Amino acid sequence: MPTAVIERLAGELRGALGDEQVIDDRARLRTYECDGLAQYRVVPALVVLPRTAQECARVVRACVAARVPFVARGSGTGLSGGALPHPDGVLIVTSRLRTIREVLPADERAVVEPGVINLAVTRAATPYGYYYAPDPSSQQICSIGGNVAENSGGAHCLKYGFTTNHVLGLQIVTPDGDLVRLGGAAPDSPGYDLVGAFVGSEGTLGIATEVTVRLVRLPESVRTLLAAFATTDAAGAATSAIIAAGVVPAAVEMMDALAIEAAEAAVRCGYPAGAGAVLIVELDGPAAEVEAQFAEVERLCRANAAFEIRIAADDAERALFWKGRKSAFAAVGRISPDYIVQDGVIPRTALPEVLRRIGELAAERGIRVANVFHAGDGNLHPLVLFDDAIDGQAERAEELSGAILDLCVGYGGSITGEHGVGMDKAKYLPRMYTDDDLDTMQLLRCAFDPRSLANPGKIFPTPRLCGEVPGRHKGAHPLQEAGLAEVF
Amino acid sequence: MPRLDTDTNTTAQMDTLRAAIAAHDGSGPEGAEIGVVRPAGPADAVGGVPARIVAAPGSTAQAAALLRAAAGLGLSVVFAGGGSRSDWGNPPRTLDLVVQTRRLTGVVEHAAGDLIVVVRAGTPLAELQSALAPAGQQLGLDDPVGGATVGGTVAVNGSGPRRMLYGTVRDLLIGVTLVRADGVVAHAGGKVVKNVAGYDLGKLVTGAYGTLGLVTECVFRLHPVPAARSYVRCRVTAAGADGVARVGRLLRTVLGAQLVPAALEVEAPPEGGYDVVLLLEGTPAGVAGRAEVAARLLGADALPGTAAPPWWGRYPWQPGDTGLKLTGVLSGVPDLLAAGRAAADRHGVPVGVRGSAGTGVLYAGLPAAADPDRVARIVEELRGATAEAGGHAVVLTAPDPVRDRVDLWGPVEGLELMRRVKHRFDPDARLAPGRFVGAI
Ligand SMILES: Cc1cc2nc3c(=O)[nH]c(=O)nc-3n(C[C@H](O)[C@H](O)[C@H](O)COP(=O)(O)OP(=O)(O)OC[C@H]3O[C@@H](n4cnc5c(N)ncnc54)[C@H](O)[C@@H]3O)c2cc1C
Repeated sequence: MPTAVIERLAGELRGALGDEQVIDDRARLRTYECDGLAQYRVVPALVVLPRTAQECARVVRACVAARVPFVARGSGTGLSGGALPHPDGVLIVTSRLRTIREVLPADERAVVEPGVINLAVTRAATPYGYYYAPDPSSQQICSIGGNVAENSGGAHCLKYGFTTNHVLGLQIVTPDGDLVRLGGAAPDSPGYDLVGAFVGSEGTLGIATEVTVRLVRLPESVRTLLAAFATTDAAGAATSAIIAAGVVPAAVEMMDALAIEAAEAAVRCGYPAGAGAVLIVELDGPAAEVEAQFAEVERLCRANAAFEIRIAADDAERALFWKGRKSAFAAVGRISPDYIVQDGVIPRTALPEVLRRIGELAAERGIRVANVFHAGDGNLHPLVLFDDAIDGQAERAEELSGAILDLCVGYGGSITGEHGVGMDKAKYLPRMYTDDDLDTMQLLRCAFDPRSLANPGKIFPTPRLCGEVPGRHKGAHPLQEAGLAEVF
Repeated sequence: MPRLDTDTNTTAQMDTLRAAIAAHDGSGPEGAEIGVVRPAGPADAVGGVPARIVAAPGSTAQAAALLRAAAGLGLSVVFAGGGSRSDWGNPPRTLDLVVQTRRLTGVVEHAAGDLIVVVRAGTPLAELQSALAPAGQQLGLDDPVGGATVGGTVAVNGSGPRRMLYGTVRDLLIGVTLVRADGVVAHAGGKVVKNVAGYDLGKLVTGAYGTLGLVTECVFRLHPVPAARSYVRCRVTAAGADGVARVGRLLRTVLGAQLVPAALEVEAPPEGGYDVVLLLEGTPAGVAGRAEVAARLLGADALPGTAAPPWWGRYPWQPGDTGLKLTGVLSGVPDLLAAGRAAADRHGVPVGVRGSAGTGVLYAGLPAAADPDRVARIVEELRGATAEAGGHAVVLTAPDPVRDRVDLWGPVEGLELMRRVKHRFDPDARLAPGRFVGAI
């Protein structure tokens, strides 16, 4: 991109939005060079911080006129490089769109700007006895706009669903620069479910400028237990038994020995000594219901060889249980100089087998893997530990990390459960989907963004030129030939 | 055009479609089952528009071959499931081929331990539920008309009372196989509940009335069948503003309490009065405890019981009537009830309203015999009331004279983007042309 184009654009946007809203000096641009996945770094050509939806639309229209790509950024905590800037593009940051517009407990709704922090929505709703259910571990810093783009999940999504189940309406700036409303405050808006299509689209279908979310009644009762097992197999069996008993816990989280070791080193959570795996099981709901089911969960943990069970006596103890789990990603920094946070999904029943296979793959490569995951829904977060200072380890870790994704796909799972495809996993997407599948997804993209200006290069390994005729058959996909993709 | 000509043309087209299907059933041109491709009869008309040809592919591959051939012939196509809602939406502008899903049936995989099921789209919802029941599992979708197929339920986004707890199709559908207008087969989502890889095309085809492609296979997340159920029913006899106000108080009480109902329904029959009923599901002890609390909260007239009221989970209309879906925010539900009563009184037409007060999705029924001009005015008024409540009034079904007088869909946000989506998926507008919003 000729710098003259960017200079003209910067001048135009300064005039329209004011000097304070436009950043083009190199040093300040650099602070935006990466998101939560720091191994990729690209300095954007320009950063703009709109204060209103109209300003945001103004920026996008200017980009369209100049044929300059743009990338939305919320808090920059994404773990797949989704908010990685484009070197010749504009980074549109939502940090000045932080107003909570409405909290309507009687309607169980809140209307917020995209830069609002996830936890702030819950804080605004709790005085009324409500909260915002999706709770990514990054909820103290990540933005609702980023959550919408990634369809973020959290520990309690097992029972309450993901971001997509909690967003009813959006105002977006389309990649043409138009402000459009999708969905609304009421459910089932007529027409295509474009809210459903937009949530999880990782900034490739436009920029969300207002989000209408569902608020959930704070539960009457919350009960949490921590169960220690000798092996991950036993903990996995306990999880399956709980689900098979018809219990729908709010959360079932597992950590293996290495992850526990890291958490102890970092936050002294005091988990039972000698555990090969711990489970955190949380139930919530009406007191009468929770009491009955909690006893059942406790019994099932014992029946599956839990050697110690602790029951949180109060919120403080519950917080301690969770502290170990929620700090786990950062905690592995205590036991390894470098690490990769992987995010894959398998059918929950395959858990023991897959963990064993991951162990074997790791051993073959002489690399350690700590496992922390949402056991209830089979969402694994293997933490691949390595030392960049040791020759070849980074490459081996990277390769192992990819092999784990292959394993997930092989078991009928997914290459990402919540962190998104972004820039990091675009190359893996064809392992899950055929060319025709991807081509069909891109029809949606072309409908929204025919010029490919909205976050180009993310999600899809090869961009589709929107003018071209839909691709014809190119022979069977390897997955189909392997008999794996008869269905998927 | 001379009749003989059309027939020859139709016969030739049927041969082409038959050959396309036969190439994919492994048995060669002679093998295709009799009746898999046949001339259409009067019973195959969709919304009063006669079809020429009916085809029933038996697999996704056959459906793909069929739709590719239909694309080559430039045929307009409508997909048909159980036919329980074939009168919903506008009649197609043109219609050549009806593609039935009646041979695309059966459970492909039920992974009970993972609480998921892979099912072919033509499977009746009721059949799916009985297949899941032995494992103590269910798909959390109601079947308000009866006889709906899985694919049809996805296509019209059908839901019932228990949407309050389980959500709707969009919350339960985790994977989908789709055949595009050009015959290309596409998958999205998968077999795991948690999955953010790629665009969620399942949401896009949910409620799309078959205008983007044929859904041949669905993957759903399942729920355990609850061990116990209880209905707590409260009758409100007060008329006029007092009655609506009392209903409003009851709804607020339930929503503000810690009951977590599976459903909170309101019934406002044309004869007057209201029923507010909540459904509790869970463990025997938990349900008993919550039912007691509910009865206490709702006051002296509240009645717990194990049987659903007779109107439960049914739309408040009969075949041939006008049926509407009315949505609004929760606090707007009493206003919608009031608007229904007011419109009925003003125009002298009986209006029955019922639905999910706990999610803000109500339905209204007006008799087939009602004067269409008055019905049209009532639709306009209800549209105003739903707009005030932040929602929409959509006419799902209506007799022809009413259809002539109203826009079934009403105002739609984001229509321009929807048209663009349709154009990308079906550039020649051959799939259910005109049936959907904005003449899509
Ligand atoms: C310690 C840690 C723990 C985490 N735990 C979890 C977890 O438990 N669950 C989970 O799901 N994720 C988790 N994440 C990942 C991350 O926090 C989420 O993906 C989050 O939703 C990103 O929000 P953000 O505001 O930081 O978005 P960013 O990183 O700024 O952007 C993410 C993507 O969203 C797009 N985007 C941002 N704003 C908008 C907008 N307004 N409109 C359109 N597109 C937009 C960007 O272009 C980009 O593609 C974790 C991350 C960290 C660092």
